[in-house]
Amino acid sequence: MERRGFLEKLFAVALPGGVLGLLIRRAPARAEGYEASAHYYGMGIQVDKCIGCGRCVEACKDENNVPREPFFFRTWVERYSVRWRGEATVRNIDRALEGPAEVGGEGEVLRSFFVPKLCNQCDHPPCVQVCPVGATFATEDGVILVDEKRCIGCRYCIQACPYGARYLNPVTEAADKCTFCYHRITKGLLPACVEVCPTQARIFGDMRSTASPLTRFRRMNKLHVLKGHLNTEPKVTYADLDGEVR
Amino acid sequence: MTPDYARLYDLLRQVTGYIYPNEIEVHWGILVVVYPYLTGLVAGAFILASLVKVFNVQAVQSVYRLSLLTALAFLLVAPLPLLLHLGHPGRSFEIFLNPNFTSAMAMFGFVYAWYLMVVLLLEIWFTYRRDIVLWAREEKPPMKWIHRTIALFSNDVSERGLAFDKKVVKAITIIGIPSAFLLHGYVGFIFGSIKANPWWSSVLMPIVILFSAIVSGIALVIILYMVITPMRGQKIDMKCLDTMASFLFYTVIVDFSLELLDFIHRLYQSEESIKILSEMVSNRLFISLVIIQVLLGMLIPLVIMVAIRLFRFEEELRKLLYFLSVILIQLGIFATRWNVVVGGQMFSKSFRGLTAYKMELGGIEGLLMTLALLVLPLLVLAILLKIFPAWDLPKRALGGEAVPSA
Amino acid sequence: MKNFLQRFPDALVRLAAVFVVLIAVVLLVRSLLPASWTDTRLQRQATIERETARPVRYAGSDVCADCHEEYGVKRQGYHRNLSCETCHGTARDHADNPMEVKPSLPRLREFCVRCHAYDRSRPTGFPQINPAAHNPLKACITCHNPHDPKPPTTPQECRGCHAEIARTKALSPHVLLECTTCHAVPVAHRTSPRAVLASIPKEREFCGKCHAKDSAVRETPKIDVVTHGEKYLCWQCHYPHMPEIK
Repeated sequence: MERRGFLEKLFAVALPGGVLGLLIRRAPARAEGYEASAHYYGMGIQVDKCIGCGRCVEACKDENNVPREPFFFRTWVERYSVRWRGEATVRNIDRALEGPAEVGGEGEVLRSFFVPKLCNQCDHPPCVQVCPVGATFATEDGVILVDEKRCIGCRYCIQACPYGARYLNPVTEAADKCTFCYHRITKGLLPACVEVCPTQARIFGDMRSTASPLTRFRRMNKLHVLKGHLNTEPKVTYADLDGEVR
Repeated sequence: MTPDYARLYDLLRQVTGYIYPNEIEVHWGILVVVYPYLTGLVAGAFILASLVKVFNVQAVQSVYRLSLLTALAFLLVAPLPLLLHLGHPGRSFEIFLNPNFTSAMAMFGFVYAWYLMVVLLLEIWFTYRRDIVLWAREEKPPMKWIHRTIALFSNDVSERGLAFDKKVVKAITIIGIPSAFLLHGYVGFIFGSIKANPWWSSVLMPIVILFSAIVSGIALVIILYMVITPMRGQKIDMKCLDTMASFLFYTVIVDFSLELLDFIHRLYQSEESIKILSEMVSNRLFISLVIIQVLLGMLIPLVIMVAIRLFRFEEELRKLLYFLSVILIQLGIFATRWNVVVGGQMFSKSFRGLTAYKMELGGIEGLLMTLALLVLPLLVLAILLKIFPAWDLPKRALGGEAVPSA
Repeated sequence: MKNFLQRFPDALVRLAAVFVVLIAVVLLVRSLLPASWTDTRLQRQATIERETARPVRYAGSDVCADCHEEYGVKRQGYHRNLSCETCHGTARDHADNPMEVKPSLPRLREFCVRCHAYDRSRPTGFPQINPAAHNPLKACITCHNPHDPKPPTTPQECRGCHAEIARTKALSPHVLLECTTCHAVPVAHRTSPRAVLASIPKEREFCGKCHAKDSAVRETPKIDVVTHGEKYLCWQCHYPHMPEIK
């Protein structure tokens, strides 16, 4: 009984498999002369500079074809309002600020700020660890990518990510997330979110290069990472991160 | 599949507090609740069968074959909820072809194949081989050919052959117990090893899932025994029933202690997540956890079984109480799986908010599909019982004489 | 061979035969599969190629400089750190086909208000206005050239950039104090706010000028500068813009 099922399945996949093989041989090449092993990318976020305009969120959706609905984000901005008494309240900035910061929560606001979030491109990524087919993997230059042709849509990686950075793309039915705009950085461009940030709250750079703005950022600031106790070794570092931020 | 955004907009309105924006979608729904429930029944039914062979508990001899067939029926259906849940079920063979060995989920393919091929099918085959050969000799086609094929056209019922069968069955059962633990325990490991989720991340998770599985498996065999026996026009063997209920009682005590330990441990340690988790239990999981899992599924059956041991109830009352208990236990264990899987996704990893899960009626992840998946193994069991009858063995022996069964 | 096999139980032999066939079929199928199906390295290489081949939508600022003189204008003004595409949207298509594809030209108030409306979570020092009170009937570009948005007159009051502080102070007993009472503000601070900073008082005696027992100023609460608050600086307990301790 099992043998027959196995053979049927086999035939159903052998045919597209051959086609796939042909396609792979004709895929376009990467940027000329790009050596992945010479780079190691990271990002810095200067929390005190973020004005919560949400242009990064929009730009990312433009650049990467992310569905516009408010359920899928490769990057997003959170607004924290820390109260005088009681807890902090947090809201998500979708495209632009909606309403006053005082909405929700009780008591006067003591301090308030914005925190941009995105995939942390961890050096010890739990998502890579749990993918049953190895569809998500780390490149030599430090970016975690998802092979949407291999992903079986089990959503284990989405559960394993402590930062909520992954989502299931409703079009490809595969896991998806921020890739540091891999198609841009391998051509020497900046990720879209860094490109459009009006206050330079996001700093992108190559950790192997002494001349990159990221090196200056790492030298001049006291740095934090999100959920450091989980030992995911994120490559997105935050300067002036408030202790209320999760 | 066209995306269903209306449902997500609806859920967005039910969010309290703050959740990461990608968390609005509950990724592991009812299908992922059904899967550990089914494999749990497999492990539990198999453990009950093992009691006969390994520990020589003669009282439950009459349900030995039923337990094995139950395990097989549920095992065959178990991959179905997983396949239905995948975004790309057509690519699921990749788990076999090119697994990522650091992933617990990748082990599913191999553990399942091992358990099916090397443990369960072999044990059933060796248990039934002699009877199938004997039946095939006097049956008419098509059953004759079905049985001959299953017996691999063997015709050996010699002393030597039968002795070998017996030895193999014992050996397989011994290997089978840890294999059953692995088959269901790895599911617990899948959840227990996710450090990102404090509801799941626990060393106890595989153990609790395993013991609640054993509870549900034994309870299932009791239900089947109590339903099928009257259908066959036979009388329920109270010694068998009482023994099974005893084992159920002991396992429920262990399971209850483990869950109580987990609860006390969490409260005592009082880690950062305790606030949002308490809020989740009281707001989102109150009915499924406090009422169904604990009260109905564990405490009431425990009280009933303690009462049965303390007071000598007469047979009819015992049967009624047993039946009530095992139904409640099944509900409770299903609720346990719900609380683990869905509960783990009801709170945000920001520890600041709760979301909601609404199960639909139709569709792949709907209630109707769930009911179908829960009923299907029973249909498979009915078919299996036709091919591998678990009773009436002496009557169908060669020449009409009673031939001692395996 | 037959004699050899007869030494084993018949059932075992038949079973072994089935397993041997099964395993052989599995191995055979596996060996027949194309390399792209089984080789992880190939699949990842294909993923990287697929990712890097994605279309680029944001061109990056330097590209605009080739044709547009506004780029030179922008380099000196307050908007020098903004990318052109922050306001004009994706421009890669325009750069490839300048005559037929045009980027967006935002002219409505809402566009500028998105970044510049007052919001308490925005960092102090970022220019913020109250859109309802700040020339509500005019388009922003009437007075502010977006590529060099220096206002027609440099901000007369500190309130333009330090809105949160101004609002807080307006509710406090210090409401009637000018900012310049306590802070010495060089003229250059208005045009290069980060390079040239205003001064802040450094000693207890500064507050003592009004609050010491022997101060010439009347109507201020008086304390003994020597003993009040032991050795702490005044603003370690009293926020100068809202000095009452709650």
